[in-house]
Amino acid sequence: MSKWIEVVELKNIPVLGARLVKTRDQDIAVFRGSSNQVYAIRDACPHRGGPLSQGMMHGSTVTCPLHGWKIDLVSGEALGPDEGCVQVFPIKVEDGKVLLQLVAEETAA
Amino acid sequence: MRAHTKASASCGSCTGLVESLLAHTLGGDYSSTPRSKSLCACTDFTHDQVRKGILAYELKTMAAVRQFFEWKTEDGCPSCRNALNYYLLCAWPGTYVDDPQSRFINERAHGNIQKDGSYSVVPRLFGGLCTPAQLRAIADVAEKYEVPEMKVTGGQRIDLFGVKKAQLPAMWRDLTEAGFVSGHAYAKALRTVKTCVGSTWCRFGTRDSTGLGVKLEQLTWGSWMPHKFKMAVSGCPRNCAEATIKDFGVVCVDSGYELHIGGNGGIKVRVTDLLCKVATEAEVLEYSAAFCQLYREQAHYLERTAPWVERVGLETIRQALSDATERQALYQRFQVSQQARIDPWKRHADGAEGHEFTPVTVAGRVTAESSLNH
Repeated sequence: MSKWIEVVELKNIPVLGARLVKTRDQDIAVFRGSSNQVYAIRDACPHRGGPLSQGMMHGSTVTCPLHGWKIDLVSGEALGPDEGCVQVFPIKVEDGKVLLQLVAEETAA
Repeated sequence: MRAHTKASASCGSCTGLVESLLAHTLGGDYSSTPRSKSLCACTDFTHDQVRKGILAYELKTMAAVRQFFEWKTEDGCPSCRNALNYYLLCAWPGTYVDDPQSRFINERAHGNIQKDGSYSVVPRLFGGLCTPAQLRAIADVAEKYEVPEMKVTGGQRIDLFGVKKAQLPAMWRDLTEAGFVSGHAYAKALRTVKTCVGSTWCRFGTRDSTGLGVKLEQLTWGSWMPHKFKMAVSGCPRNCAEATIKDFGVVCVDSGYELHIGGNGGIKVRVTDLLCKVATEAEVLEYSAAFCQLYREQAHYLERTAPWVERVGLETIRQALSDATERQALYQRFQVSQQARIDPWKRHADGAEGHEFTPVTVAGRVTAESSLNH
């Protein structure tokens, strides 16, 4: 069952930057905008799988570091004539902590 | 056309062809590149206007620049953020605080990002010289961190490929302790000073080109530039160090040193222009630093010396550098900017911007393990 899991404190994500979040099965890029808005997308560009967490963020867009595709952080869609989509994840900030909706790891019985 | 076909979007060598195609198809409706190109889509002002404004109105932060010039976007874009960060760094050395988020990942991670998201590490070998101890230290680091591939670069250094980002600070600590500094192989900055063996060993060498190369590199390493910047010193006109396709090249001759500028070995090969001839090593160092500073202050961000020399004209550069007062003033300003020089590897090995290199690990999954639980 999915639930909100705390991943990092907001202050530990640079403004207009990202943190790479490693879950048990996938890498997620968590971004912080200039007005402290946050976004979470799968850390793989739909083009050649480039690590989007390493890209440059501007507005609500990230530019992939490998070949410059621009990805909308809200929808995960590639912008402009490029076509492709990357998974986005529910994300929120509470008391300065960034939470992601994930499937909690079951503790060994 | 660029957005839809990707033509002229990567290396740029077909830009002229694309322009002719547009002109042919659209006829009179096609307006070629305007004479004064705006810095980027966020503003109508040009690179030169913005740079002049930064100095004239003492604009000291990116936000101040964007506000003053009424930028159309709040955050800027990857083009203007990088450019403004450089312009401010160049205008206010020592006081402007560098913004890592306004740098391409290579300059933020101080390594070259590779196609699989790993990085490459190139320690600086001044003038291409190395000792057995240095080679051993690099080999030890390569083994310790299980570096998948090592390669000798065209710039006379050693490249370690396939390094995971999280390993970088620890690797840099080991390299720093062995006496290395960053080779800036990833940066819009001074890259290498390529040398030949010169008069120490070569039967044809007229002067100590290797020693001069080391001095040039010690003078200029760590200096941020509008684009990458390469130098070379050849010990005789046979020019084994290929100094005449470098941004600044020195060819030693019996009667002194020929100084060449604006060469490029890339997409469009350009042979250097002869700037002048000088008699002493001290003059070579002064001219080189003055030339670097002129380029740093005048070129547009991402403009190599070759197109810059062609845009402003060789005579303009020659005049600025032949005037002793102006040359010394440029040299002084270069020295001031170098006082703010840091070794980024040491800084990060000591823990700076740790968040950049440390992923967050969470005990959760994106997809349920339903298939495994059956």
